[in-house]
Amino acid sequence: MTKKRFQDLICPTPKGIYCPPGDFYIDPVSPVDRAVITHGHADHARAGHKAVLATPETIDIMATRYGETFTESRQSLALGETVTINGVCVSLAPAGHVLGSAQSILEYDGVRIVASGDYKRRPDPTCTPFEPISCDVFISEATFALPVFRHPDDRDEIEKLLKSVRQFPERTHLVGAYSLGKAQRVIRLIRNAGYDEAIYIHGAMKSLCALYERNGVDLGALESATLTNAAGEKQKFAGKIVVAPPSAFADKWARRFPDPVTCFASGWMGIRQRAKQRGVELPLVLSDHADWDELTTTIEEIGPQELWITHGRDDALSRWAELKGLTARPLSLIGYDDEGD
Amino acid sequence: MERFSKLLERLILTPQRNGKIQLLVDYFAETPDPDRGFGVAAITGELEISSFKPAMLRTLVYQRVDEVLFDLSYDYVGDLAETVSLIWPGKHGANAPPALTDIVNGLQEVSRAEAPRLVEDWLDALDATGRWTLIKLVTGGFRIGVSSRLTKTALAKFGNVDVNEIEELWHSLDPPYTDLLTWLDGSAPKPAPDQTGAFRPVMLAHPLEEKDLDGILAETHMAEWKWDGIRVQAVSEGSVRRLYSRTGDDIGKAFPDVLANLNFEGVLDGELLVFAPDENGFVVQPFSELQKRLNRKNISKKLLETHPAFIRAYDALSLSGDDLRALPFEDRRRKLEAFMVGHDLQRVDLSPLVAFSSTDDLAAFRAAPPASEIEGLMIKKKSAPYVPGRPKGEWWKWKREPFVIDAVLMYAQRGHGKRSSFYSDYTFGVWTEDKILVPVGKAYFGFTDEELKQIDKFVRDHTTDRFGPVRQVKADTEIGLVLEVAFEGLNRSPRHKSGVAMRFPRISRLRWDKPPAEADHLETLEALLP
Repeated sequence: MTKKRFQDLICPTPKGIYCPPGDFYIDPVSPVDRAVITHGHADHARAGHKAVLATPETIDIMATRYGETFTESRQSLALGETVTINGVCVSLAPAGHVLGSAQSILEYDGVRIVASGDYKRRPDPTCTPFEPISCDVFISEATFALPVFRHPDDRDEIEKLLKSVRQFPERTHLVGAYSLGKAQRVIRLIRNAGYDEAIYIHGAMKSLCALYERNGVDLGALESATLTNAAGEKQKFAGKIVVAPPSAFADKWARRFPDPVTCFASGWMGIRQRAKQRGVELPLVLSDHADWDELTTTIEEIGPQELWITHGRDDALSRWAELKGLTARPLSLIGYDDEGD
Repeated sequence: MERFSKLLERLILTPQRNGKIQLLVDYFAETPDPDRGFGVAAITGELEISSFKPAMLRTLVYQRVDEVLFDLSYDYVGDLAETVSLIWPGKHGANAPPALTDIVNGLQEVSRAEAPRLVEDWLDALDATGRWTLIKLVTGGFRIGVSSRLTKTALAKFGNVDVNEIEELWHSLDPPYTDLLTWLDGSAPKPAPDQTGAFRPVMLAHPLEEKDLDGILAETHMAEWKWDGIRVQAVSEGSVRRLYSRTGDDIGKAFPDVLANLNFEGVLDGELLVFAPDENGFVVQPFSELQKRLNRKNISKKLLETHPAFIRAYDALSLSGDDLRALPFEDRRRKLEAFMVGHDLQRVDLSPLVAFSSTDDLAAFRAAPPASEIEGLMIKKKSAPYVPGRPKGEWWKWKREPFVIDAVLMYAQRGHGKRSSFYSDYTFGVWTEDKILVPVGKAYFGFTDEELKQIDKFVRDHTTDRFGPVRQVKADTEIGLVLEVAFEGLNRSPRHKSGVAMRFPRISRLRWDKPPAEADHLETLEALLP
């Protein structure tokens, strides 16, 4: 097997990863004829492709976010099923990133390539866990591929939040969380920790929370973080937990809360300076991406002939591969932005 | 250690004073002795731990982690302690994590050569937050924005006592303060105070307003210049010599020249100032010169020669073992004068009285003080005893009018807490000769809530660029917001592009009416430099 042949099956292009024999892209960043979508985050799942293949949950998420016209033709592929596109066998395996997230497995002419999409290894009560698939080439993300990223136990992070709610009963805890995946995971983890009061959510995450509930993820009592003009209404949120997309913090929207404790659920919060810069008072280190240890153990477990790296810190992961004697190739894709995580 | 690490992590990111106090109170309540007391000592900077050089840390980490990966990470994180704490690979079979007490005791017991081994074991046993705390502890790099006064305020709240009770006890106690903490939690009686060397909570003045002038008479009041230095309390009792800031922080280490010359028995209250070494007598230097000696761990010989410090004394709280605080100011002053005559002190002089017959005299002195290092006047009631805190109507400070300039808003940053959705921190600039705006300062108060809303709207409507939480605002000769900025003085500053730095700037008025082209020029500011 030569390198040439791996690249015949899959190669990076400005639009994203392309499979020439199958004539389709994986998570393309601009409109194409045929796209395989790994998961519903906006930088991976864009509207305007002619045909989309994804898990039923991801299709549902795209339709919810972009409307039913997000693509001309859609095809759901359940985890574990296989389709053939122009002679290339395509199947999907769970990635453990968010609801519906999947790795794409491509098989052609005796070669198997797995494109991970975004993934994580730790348990997540809102999605199916990652499944390692042995392959010739493993195309991995590298969002948190620096050895300083070692995400702590999520239960400890949630306990930090709940302790603070007890310590500051007169203040609102405003939790910034990406609307798809992170928000629902945070809410579910809060429930698992035994908190059963209503949790207030920003309007932008309403439909996605409903979608998760339709898919069997029980989020408990959710209420809108809205105010009426009635007297004393402002005090309604004292001692409560409000979940909102981080972008809403800088908005006038945030002014309705009395003296908020700003929290941010993100893997980036592992670095104090990042928390400080954003004015976050209570960082919650919760990520839907694999941390350094998860990345390296996953690659070792799969044991591919070659490691290709899509987006993130490819320099550090390449160095690690070099020390392990593994061939690594940064694909330097652009257009993927995981700042929200 | 876990509780202490978590406390620090939150303190660093909590901007509000009340929030910090709450976090500290909860920590005292949930942490056993002696750990909580060592926590107090670590925060107030009174923990004596043998130093551990950052280079030793690098050596340790390079034994565990590939250098290239470490350097990539350090480059990203930017802080050595944080990088090491995050990157340190855990080791199976490590010992139980140490308590804060174990760390303090451990480092006191081992030799310098053995210390790295010990630190390495602890790094293995702790989690990332614990490692970060440990590294900050052993390298002495704590910067958490909690003063010792704030810690004492939290202790007072924890024990439901007056903070002055704690101040009076403080310096007769040592880490881990078990006597104090068990008294505060109600499980032991109050420790007996030992006044030797103790900080006496200070008496403060009220700002004088027009309406207060009527009550001031030459018969009942005395006036002095208000010098632009920092308030200090010089204590010399038995073998104990200390220099306290007005909040009770021991700042003696930064002023060995003053400390060495406290050859008397008593407690003096005065202004710490820097004088010109080449002139006769004490020719007071601007505050910016004094600033060069503040917050330093080690003072170089050269700095001691070029920036010698002295105390201009204005009160005596105790002399030869007699507590004078209950006496009227007039009597204390007389005793202070007699004391100064009877002692040959190399680094203390007497703050002269300013003779006056009416408040018109005072107004004239205030308008034209004899030195630019004078901030205004202090006016004290002759009959006033020395009372901690800010008793009404006893002492007045009558500062000279602030300087005022018109500057143009250039950048705005979002605030914290209540203000997190408002652009409330403003960087403003003035015009250079080439008609370019150059930033000269930053201010985040002085305006009303209503004005804040107006400025916030202006910022949102006129944003030209964004950098994280900061917005750049439209500011040219025609469109822009002119802010009237009041400030107390100006220093030269090579760190600022404009070459000047303001002291205590605040927004005094919004000049919606003024076109930006008419804002002030840099040369106007430069003319104010000392």
